[in-house]
Order: sequence, then structure tokens, then C-alpha cells
Amino acid sequence: MNAPLSTVPTAPPGVERAPAPADAANHTSRHTVLDQAPATLKTLLARREALLVLLLVLVFAINGALLPAFLDPYNLMDGTFNFSEKALIALPMALLIICREIDISVSGILALASVAMGLAMNAGWPPESLLPVAIATGAACGFLNGYLVTVHALPSIVVTIGAVSLYRGLASVVLGDKAFTGYPQVMMDWGQGYFLDVIPREFVVLLVMAAVFGFVLHATTWGRRMYAIGNNPEAARFSGIAVDRYRLALFILTGAMAGLAAWLLTGRIGSTRPNIAMGWELEAITMVILGGVGIAGGTGTIAGVMLSVLALGALTYGLSLANVPGIYMTIVVGLLLLATIAIPRLLAVRKVAK
Amino acid sequence: MQVNNAGALSKAAPVLEMRGICKRFAGIVALNEVALTVRAGEVMALLGENGAGKSTLVKTLTGIYQPDGGSILLDGRQVVFHGPQQAMRQGITAVHQETVMFDELTVAENIFVGRQPCTGKAGRIDWKRIEEEAEKLFARLEVAIPVRARVRDLSVAQRHFVEIARALSQDAKVVILDEPTASLSQREIMELYRIIGQLKEAGTAIIFISHKFDEIFTVADRYTVLRDGRFVADGAMADITEPQLVALMVGRAVHQAYPKANVAPGGPLLEVDGFCHPTEFDSVSFTLRKGEILGFYGLVGAGRSEVMQALFGLTPNVRGSVKIDGAPVRITCPDDAVKHGIAYVPEDRQHHGAHLSMPILHNMTLPVLDRLGFFLRRQRRRETTLARHFAQQLELKAHHLMQNVSELSGGNQQKVVLGKWLATNPRVIILDEPTKGIDIGSKAAVHRFISRLVEQGLSVILVSSELPEVLGLSDRVMVMHHGRMVREFSRHEATPESVVAAASGIAEAKEAA
Amino acid sequence: MMTNVLKQRETILALMVMALVLLVGLRAPVFVSPASLGNVLTDSTLLIMLALAQMLVIVTRGIDLSVASTLALCGMVAAMLAAAHPGLPLGVVMLAATVAGLLLGLVNGALIGYLDLPPIVVTLGTMSVYRGLVFVLSGGAWVNSHQMPAHFIAFPLDTLLGATHLVWMAALAVLACWYGTRHTRFGRDLFAIGNAPASARYVGIPIARRLFWTYGISGMVAGLAGYLWVARYAVAYTEIAYGFEFTVIAACVIGGISIAGGAGTVAGAVLGSLFLGVIGNALPVVKVSPFWQSALTGLVILAAVLINARGNQQGGRQILPLHQIQSGSHT
Repeated sequence: MNAPLSTVPTAPPGVERAPAPADAANHTSRHTVLDQAPATLKTLLARREALLVLLLVLVFAINGALLPAFLDPYNLMDGTFNFSEKALIALPMALLIICREIDISVSGILALASVAMGLAMNAGWPPESLLPVAIATGAACGFLNGYLVTVHALPSIVVTIGAVSLYRGLASVVLGDKAFTGYPQVMMDWGQGYFLDVIPREFVVLLVMAAVFGFVLHATTWGRRMYAIGNNPEAARFSGIAVDRYRLALFILTGAMAGLAAWLLTGRIGSTRPNIAMGWELEAITMVILGGVGIAGGTGTIAGVMLSVLALGALTYGLSLANVPGIYMTIVVGLLLLATIAIPRLLAVRKVAK
Repeated sequence: MQVNNAGALSKAAPVLEMRGICKRFAGIVALNEVALTVRAGEVMALLGENGAGKSTLVKTLTGIYQPDGGSILLDGRQVVFHGPQQAMRQGITAVHQETVMFDELTVAENIFVGRQPCTGKAGRIDWKRIEEEAEKLFARLEVAIPVRARVRDLSVAQRHFVEIARALSQDAKVVILDEPTASLSQREIMELYRIIGQLKEAGTAIIFISHKFDEIFTVADRYTVLRDGRFVADGAMADITEPQLVALMVGRAVHQAYPKANVAPGGPLLEVDGFCHPTEFDSVSFTLRKGEILGFYGLVGAGRSEVMQALFGLTPNVRGSVKIDGAPVRITCPDDAVKHGIAYVPEDRQHHGAHLSMPILHNMTLPVLDRLGFFLRRQRRRETTLARHFAQQLELKAHHLMQNVSELSGGNQQKVVLGKWLATNPRVIILDEPTKGIDIGSKAAVHRFISRLVEQGLSVILVSSELPEVLGLSDRVMVMHHGRMVREFSRHEATPESVVAAASGIAEAKEAA
Repeated sequence: MMTNVLKQRETILALMVMALVLLVGLRAPVFVSPASLGNVLTDSTLLIMLALAQMLVIVTRGIDLSVASTLALCGMVAAMLAAAHPGLPLGVVMLAATVAGLLLGLVNGALIGYLDLPPIVVTLGTMSVYRGLVFVLSGGAWVNSHQMPAHFIAFPLDTLLGATHLVWMAALAVLACWYGTRHTRFGRDLFAIGNAPASARYVGIPIARRLFWTYGISGMVAGLAGYLWVARYAVAYTEIAYGFEFTVIAACVIGGISIAGGAGTVAGAVLGSLFLGVIGNALPVVKVSPFWQSALTGLVILAAVLINARGNQQGGRQILPLHQIQSGSHT
């Protein structure tokens, strides 16, 4: 660092040199550091998103070839009903998992939000108030989760396992063995209705939300901090990131999105039953993990999650068109999940062995 | 306390001989025809800068790596190890800084973990024998550690002793001690020396890795120097001096002078008054002047890092006042501290300092994201410019800014952390053990860098456990002991003896008497 | 001192279970009758067995979400086997269910142990696959009680020396687990692995092999529990024990088994299961609607997690000498 430099190293072509800020010591280094690695086709293809695009194309190709009704645009659009609400939950779940947390209670929150709407409706509240009721209930449940995890420093997996029992239990207590029905038209319009007579409103809501989430995660400081939190929470704290505040916010957000999903789902099926959205937390987690979000945190993209949502949705839709019982889908999903994490590991092991 | 007696043992046949060891990693030659010979009952100091190949050599000895060439002979027989357990069974044990311990298990079980002695046909674990053997080992070492205690409750020194006991329980012929005194108090270091003496008497060969020359000269009989993966020299400690050793390690004469900048400290910049915490520190008050380097010395565990972390807003439950430029400020989170111009470079680079699996670029701009703007995508160019500027300032050696920090060398990782905090444009920078784990050549560079910081107008708080460093760089030295400030020394009045005495609480006791 | 604290956790839990029983007994004295308590015990046995196996998994820092699906699949195997071959000795049927469970568990073990994949994701996947396989195997049809041989259905609740077979099997499981975790290298290694995986590798513990067999054991117990379940309730269909994996994990959590691995006791797993068993049996007795069971269970889990975490609080380091704190000056 002491020896004077006689020559300034020339920059490789394509890398611009920015003028050094005027107030700093004008110091040129012995080493040249490029801005980023040159992008090659190989690195692009190695990404999970490429794999998912391939999967999506394959699903479409095979189903399209075997089932003529598959590629009918009206049918395809109808197929989105199956996953739109679940995917709405998968979006905040992705952010949570990126931050090294998890929320097993989303289906319970959804059930409780739906019950809350039913109670409000039966108490005579106006139809426009039901969406805020659902979102508020969801946010309150999310707040409880987040509070226990951040203030009491409890592991989110066990907190949310307890919470799902609590929320679904409360929903059961209120419902008993009855069901709420008779929801206002506006909910049916949004749950079952279409834009332009073709595109389901639910799907549009999903696409809009996906865009918002994607933007926040990939283009804002909030997103950058989430990756840092997931990568190393302690170092994030030491770097001035309010880790607990982000975690709490994400739990509340997850609850709120579950509330939104409750509003749409209840509108679509027209009733609230005790077993509404049973098992959805695991489906949402599967969508997220399949989409390339590592369970250890710090990695993953919204694009990947949406691609996995679409691929799984297309698969489900194809199977239902072929009149295959839905339970076969669970096998396929399970195998896909195992394959996507096992195959890269097998290949890596093979490489090391060589 | 002298424990070396080189003369009597030079005739004995070597217990361990490494000949012509070569090791390559993906094009980099880590070890090139390295030789090492150790005799029974002898302490061999293994010296070399960071990157010289010491840790690679140790990993080859313990079987984590397989040498690409050369041979290892134990008692004259060639041996091959495929893992630390095999090496241990054949008599070679390494005790690293990060002890291999299981916190929730008892001391006795830790000694025998993975190979508990069993009795009877059903192979039932013999707990009684485990505890008896453990007690015998500790009696032999003359160390008092309850065998039923959980390792979680032990101090760092006690954990080292448990590892040594584990080595003894496997009849270790060669014990490798890798920076064993890094977190030990003076008293514990003395006890370690005593145990080393015992091991020597029992005929165990010891390979001692350290960068503290006073320890090496106290404990070691012989030395072996590595540089750039090659064997440079070996010989008896009695026949060499410290400057000569340093010259061998670095390849050139190095002046261990501390470059003191010609900057006279100005008025008070940061005033801390009555800092209290329920368990970590009490009544801590000090003033940092403009352009000053304020050293904080103390034994490991004295509470210095805790005070600094509290100052930086990382700790709840802190009482006391902080003033900057005479005006009181409230710091309740690191973000507040950064806004007031305070930066804290933590001691634990890997876990607290950097995000290892994130790119250099993202690491360097993390604390200043708000200054770049909320919509980060649009600020890409500003972000890159900022990072590139500090990478150049610090002479960062890397391929590209999107490289993960984990791929860099230790020294360069530290540069990323320093750059990240310099980018916040601080007025006060707190450096917590900045040269820990860094070799001599790079240490000097860091010291020059600290001086340059002051020349550029920053004020520095230097927390360090290395006495020469603190004495050489600081304008004033604050000494802490058991969570309290005990003395303040100016540059002129500070002597090694008085500072160490204060840090050990001796001066306090004298005053109380 | 630390051992005392841990001992306290299990005793506190035991006291709470007893307190709960007495409380319910106050409202409904019939609850504390030997017959009723025997019922509670019998009802808890399957949970006890599964919780013990899950404890082994959680101790290694893992989790097994596939136990309920494994239970369902092996139960269906047992039911269909017995229905198709009524003359088959019961031992063979039980063996078939147990071995099937072992194999299913070993799949998890291979992926988690040898391929080093994250347990939560692997067992999430196998949970889906196994549940689907129940449908594939049965074609969606139920196996009803009249299709099952009499000895098949009778075995779980038949008594031997005053206690049902279920209780005997649970007792055997407790004994085996206690012995394994205390007196075998296999068991001790699991604690080491969960406590410090890198150190465990360093000292040569065969981590992959241990995990392989741990998940195998979990599957094996789930397999046996599968037979016991379908026999006891005399019905087998695709959705049996749906969601039961969370009850099992809850029992472990209530029993003080840390989800972070490395710590947990057999007594804790048993007491956690008993606690849930008491709640389940107590509700109808005190005339609380069974719909409250889920909510109460949730509250208990949250309370247990809060209480157990308090015991592990690390807080700041104790640097200030304790005797000086009281006398020190505080501004």
C-alpha cells in the first residue's frame, strides 16, 4: 500500500471506469476488479428458473398432445381457479422462507378469516366490509405469530404448529358442524367471476400481487435486506438491519394475504366449512420450494415461485381433464419436490467423485 | 517459565517425519515438498504467515486431506489417514481454536464421544468406566474439572484441557496445538504451559502453532518455518532470534514499527458517561477526541466488545448517556449509530462482519442502502461505483464484484467488511480486534491503514488484546477489567507492565489495600 | 446445576399432567377411576410410540413429517392383507406392516443421510407420495370391520395381565428407547449429531448411517402404529391419521424436546403425549365440546414452547462479578 504505482492498470474493454469521488484520496489499486462475471449460457441454464420453464413447456407439450381439450384457452383459464388462492399464500411464504422463517398456520388463518367474515355477515355488516374483516383477522393472526417469534425469540416452526391448531380450533368452535353460506354477490363476483369474460378475476389478482411481490423483492432495498437476513441474521443485525421488524412485518403480511385468499376462496365456493383449505400450508410450501427458494434461506426468486405455481397448476388441470383422481396429483407433486432437490445433489456428488 | 530443553533430546529418533509432502487444489499448490520432523518429548513450533500452508499441513496430518505426494512416517512406519478419527487412533490429535466439543454432553462423554467403551454381550455403554477414566486423566493433568459437568458451562481454557485429555485418552504420540492461547487469560496460559511440560515428560511430541513470539520462545524447543507452501528452515529455538524468525517467515526484513500519524487530537467528539448493563459492564465512561486513536485493552472477556456493541446500539437494557459534539444522542439500534456517524467493525468477521454467501457488492452497500434510494434497481450504477471506489481504496483482490465473499482470502474478507463500514462515511470507527488471525505482513498493512484513517479525519476506537499493537498505535489507552474501566493511560505513561497489571485487576487490588 | 434444571422440567410436566387429571376429576369424579385412567393411557399409546420415534429424529436436528402418511399406508397394507388372507397369522400381518414402514422410513433416511438433503423438504415430499400411494393401493376403497378377521381387530385391546396389548407395546417402546438413548453408541451418537454436526463428523461418527437408520426406525414405528390404528378403529381408508404428524411433533414439543436438536428425554416425550391424551379424553367428560380440542391443543403447544424457551434464555454474558453488582453504584 506504500509503494507508489508507476502505471495505472488499464481496464478491460467493456468495463467503464467511474471517476473517483472528489473528496477521497485518489488511490488506484494494484488489482482490477470487474463489476460482474460475464454471463454465459451455461450459467443461465443452470438456474432453477430455466428448469422450471422447461418443466412448464414439457407439461404443456405432453398434455396438449394427449388431451385436445387442454390447449383450449377457456379451459386453461378455468384451470387457474384451482391454484390462484393457494399461490396468493405462496408469495408471502416465499419471503418468509427467504428470511429463514416458516408459517405452518396459513390454512388455519384462512379458516379463521373465513369464519370471521361469516360472523360479520350474519351480524349484518355491509358486504364491502367483509374483505377488510378477512384481511384484519389474517393480519391479527399473523401478528400473534410474529410477536411470539420476534419478541420471545421462539422458533417459527413450532410456534406456527401450535398456532394452526389454535386458529383452526377457534374456527371449529365457532362453526361447530354447521357452515356459513349466503355470502354477498360481490364476493362471488370476485371469486368466480371473469374479466373480459375470459380471464378469471382471481388469476388477475394473483398476477398483480406477483408483480408487486416480485418488485419488492428484486428491485427495492426491502428485498435486498430480506436476502441479507436469510443469508445471515446476525450479520444483518450488525449491519444495521432491523431484523425483527422485517420478520414481524412478514408474518403480518402472510396473515393478511391469507385473509385475502379467504375472501376469494369463500367467494368461489360460496360457503365456510370447518375443513376449508385443509392442507394448504404444505401445498404453499411445496410451491415455494419447488420454485427454487432454499429452505435454508437467502435464495430464491418470485419468478421461480410463479413458474412452479403455473407448472403445478397446469399439471393439476391436465390430470383433472383426464379424469384422474386428484390424489394422484399429490404423488406427482411429492415426486417432483424430491426430484428437484435430489437430482442436483446427485449430480454434484458425481462431479466430486470424479 | 522455561520449558524447553533441546539438548537432551536431539539424539532421539523422530516420532513423526513428514517427507516431501505435496498438496494441490485446483491449480494452486498449497504444499510443495514440505518436510517436518518432530521427536518425542519435544515442542516444535510451526511458523509461517497466513497462507504459508500451516493449516493445510495440519489437515494433511490429521487425515482431512490426502497428500498428493510424499509420505508421513510415524515411529518409522509409513501411515495413511483417511480422517481425523483414524489419525487419532494412531496417535495424532489436533487441538484447534474452535474446540470439537458437544455442549449438551458431559465432560466425560465428550472425551469418549463416538468410541464409548462397552461391556457385556449386548454392548451396553460402560458409564462407570468412562467417568473413572476421565477422572484419572484429569488427575494426571492436575486439572480440576468435574467430569459430570456439561461442556456448555466450561470456559474456553477448560475446553482446551478437555480436548487434551481426549488426546491423552487415545495415547497420543503427537499433539498439535493450533493457536491454543488465543482466548486464554494469563493464569490459564500458565496452566497450559504446565500441561505442555507434563506432556513432554511423558514423551509426547507437540507441534505448537502460534504467532505470539513470547510464547514460542517460552515453550518451544525447535522451530520449522514455512513460506508460500515451502519448507524454509528449521532448527533449535536457542540458536535464533525473533527478528531472524520473522525474516524467515516473511522473506524480507520487516520493521515492526507502528506508523504513528502526525495528527494531534482535537476537542471531544464522543462522550460516553455512566454506561451500565445488568450483567456485562458497569459505570463505563470515556471520551474520544477528534482525530484520536483510543485503545481499549483488557483480558479476553473483560467486556470491551460488549461496551462497543452497546454503544453501537446492538444491546438492549443499556443505561447511560452518549454525547456527540457535545449534544446528547439516543442510540437504540445500529441504524441510529450509523446515522450519527459511528461504525463498528466486529471481531467475528465470518459470522458478524460479512454475509459470506452474498456478493461483495451487496455486502459493501448493505448499511447504506437508504442513501442509495428505495428503488434499488435504478441505482445499480451508483451502487457499483460506490463499491468499486472502496474496493480500490482498500486494494481488494477479487475477480469481480458479484463474487461471493466466501471465495476471498481472510485478509480480503476483512477488506470487504472495512469497506462496507467506510462507505457509511463515519466520523468514529470502532475496530474490534482488526488484526486477529491475520499474518504479520498483512498486520502491518492494517496498522498503516488505521493511521491513514486518522489522517483522513476519522477518529478510531481500537479494541485489541495485542499489547504491542495497542501501545504502538493509541494516543490513549483505556483498560477494562471484569466489566469496569480501571485505568486510563496516556501514550507516554503506558508501559507494558503497568497496562497488563491494570488489566489483571492488580492495580485495583493495590488501591483497595 | 444444569442437570437439576433439566430434571425439573420433566417433573414439572409430570406434576402438570397429574394436576390436569385431578382438576378434571374435580368436575367429573368418574374421570379418575382406574377404568377411565386406563382408557386415557390406552388412547395415548400410539401417540407415545410415535412421539418416541419422532424424538430420535428431532434430536438429530431433523423432522419427520411423513409419519402419518406412512402410518396410513402401512395400515392399509395390513388391512388389505388381512382382508384378502384371513387365515394369515397375525404376526405375519404385523410384520408386514412394520417392515413396510421400515422401508418407507429408509427412503427418507437415504435421502437425508446419504444425500444430505433438508429433512423438512424430504419428508414433505414423501408425505405426499405415501399418502397418494394409499389411494393407489386401495383404489379408493375402504376396508371395513366386517372385512377384517376377528383376531386382527381384537389384538390391540385384548388385555394381558390387566393391561391392554397397546399399553404393553408402548411400555416396550419406552424401555427400548430409554435403553437406546442412554446405553448404546447409536443413541448417544444421535445426541452428538444434533448438538454439533461438524464436530460429530470430525470425531468420526458415521452420521449418514445413523440418520439412515433413525428415519428407518421412525418409519418402522409408524408402520406398526399403522396396523394398531386400523385394528383399533376397525377401518382403513386413505385419509386416516390425516394431520397426525403435527400432533406427534406437538407431543415432543410439549415434552421439552428442543426443535434445534441435541436435547430431549424419553420421559418428556411420554409426558407430552400423556398431556395431549388427557386433554383429548377430558373434554367430553367435562362436557366441553370436542371442537375445543384443537384450540386447546394449540394453546398448550404455545404455552409449552414459551415455557421451555425461558429455560434456555442465554441473554448477555455474566461479566460483572456477581458479588459486586449489589454494592456497585447505579446512576
